[in-house]
Amino acid sequence: MQDVLVVTISLARREVVRFLRQRSRVIGGLLTPVVFWLLLGFGIGRSFRPPGWGNDVDFAEYFFPGTLLLILLFTAIFSTVSVIEDRRAGFLQGVLVSPAPLLAVVLSKVLGGAVLALLHGALFLLLAPVAGLAIPAQAFGALVAFMVLDSLTLTALGLAVAWPMESTQGFHAVMNLVLIPLWLLSGALFPMEGAAAWVRVLMRLNPVHYAYAGLQAALLPAAPRIPVSIAAGVNLAFLLLLIGWVVLVAGRARN
Amino acid sequence: MAPAIELHNLVCRYGDRVAVAGISLAVEPGSIFGVLGPNGGGKSTTFRVLATLRPPQEGSARVAGYDVVQDAGQVRRRIGVVFQEAALDDKLTVRENLTHHGHLYGLRGSELRARIERVLENVALLDRADELVEKLSGGLKRRAEIAKVLLHEPEVLLLDEPTTGLDPGARAALWQQLRRLRDEHGCTVLMATHLFEDAEQCDQIAILDRGKLVGLGTPQQLKRLVGGEVLTLECDDAEGVVRELPRIVPGAEPMRVGEQIRLEHPEAHRLVPQLVEVFGERIRAIRLGQPTLADVFFKLAGHEFDGVG
Repeated sequence: MQDVLVVTISLARREVVRFLRQRSRVIGGLLTPVVFWLLLGFGIGRSFRPPGWGNDVDFAEYFFPGTLLLILLFTAIFSTVSVIEDRRAGFLQGVLVSPAPLLAVVLSKVLGGAVLALLHGALFLLLAPVAGLAIPAQAFGALVAFMVLDSLTLTALGLAVAWPMESTQGFHAVMNLVLIPLWLLSGALFPMEGAAAWVRVLMRLNPVHYAYAGLQAALLPAAPRIPVSIAAGVNLAFLLLLIGWVVLVAGRARN
Repeated sequence: MAPAIELHNLVCRYGDRVAVAGISLAVEPGSIFGVLGPNGGGKSTTFRVLATLRPPQEGSARVAGYDVVQDAGQVRRRIGVVFQEAALDDKLTVRENLTHHGHLYGLRGSELRARIERVLENVALLDRADELVEKLSGGLKRRAEIAKVLLHEPEVLLLDEPTTGLDPGARAALWQQLRRLRDEHGCTVLMATHLFEDAEQCDQIAILDRGKLVGLGTPQQLKRLVGGEVLTLECDDAEGVVRELPRIVPGAEPMRVGEQIRLEHPEAHRLVPQLVEVFGERIRAIRLGQPTLADVFFKLAGHEFDGVG
């Protein structure tokens, strides 16, 4: 057990240090979503009239938790690409031939990516006043808790996709085909209430929808939403499922 | 003493393709053992089995006394593996790489720090310890890699094509390092290689071809399998010359590869004037040499080293 902890923390630290030394990634994970938010948020602005929300919400406000989710997702994706690079560079093999427990290797990737996603997410929160959002003190704890949980889940999701991949190109294809649609259907970009029935079904089946729901509950308390306990429960179950799956896949590269 | 590495009838398949077709061998502790073979010969697969990255379909492999499948954890604690590609993180310094590596092996704190100093000193890399790995040359990276795997004091060192991409100086330094490990620490070294220059320097070599073990012994023993000296003739009409050769040199068994003819003979040097006289301009070049490992491979495998079909 102590082994798992030492290895997890050590390799997670490596993940963070490595990422921060590559400036383009630091900027890419944060800046792209912020630009989306500024352009879409203030561009759509008051043209946005979601059903059942009242009249006092504009799109910059609505899109804020969705952008936060996108930042967590982008950073998680950028950091999990490292597993493909690690394999190509031989670093991963070096870890697999060591006595380090597989679980620790997988957890270190999840933890490292989640820390980075949290750092980026925290920076974005500083922009909340620009959106006209005041985060109430009592919601802050829930917000942080969901940011942590979402960061872990999204990193695990990125890892589940990246681990079996041979090339970063393949990863980008899956990212555009799977990960971005999951985000689109999370409620981040449009509310479920106004969507077509079949889209609503997809949204309910989408695990990322529940990752979004927690952030939305904390940042947009006026919005109609699923209960926080369900959001947290689905998120946690999804996280454990993903970690289990990655450990299984990773185990195939070893005796 | 029990062998440091023991393969017993090892068989590995990728789908229908047989990569390793029943190899058995034993490596003496404290020796440098070379696994020589062309690409596709089965040495990479054998290497992966020994490194606990791939279970064999049949047979067994033991490293440092433990089965690579049943006791993979025990094996991993006792081996140091150097892959063809450096398993270092480019974005970290040498010292950071070594620190993480130590953690993987349960080393921590002051003990780990002391060991890092020691191994870096050992490979003469202490002054570059805090540089990013991406700033180091190929030879220095290789040294950092060696320092890294020495950190946990492995009993058995496994190296996959370790001299690839090294300049002659760095290559010589690596060999010196390996011999010191063998002599001073009793470390067993197994090296997979397709280079005769490397195999030449090993204590023992196993020659693999198409997944089979075709030769085993010291480089000298293996060379003795080739009778005496080797003549190589280059001819435009190699086929004709091969046909006529046995009439001129009784008992000769020349082998033709393209435009080249090889002839083993205990006293090949005496044949040179005679052959030149008989064949005249039909011979473009004639070369006399002591048998090399290339000749050994040719004799044992029945084809050229690179000519794997």
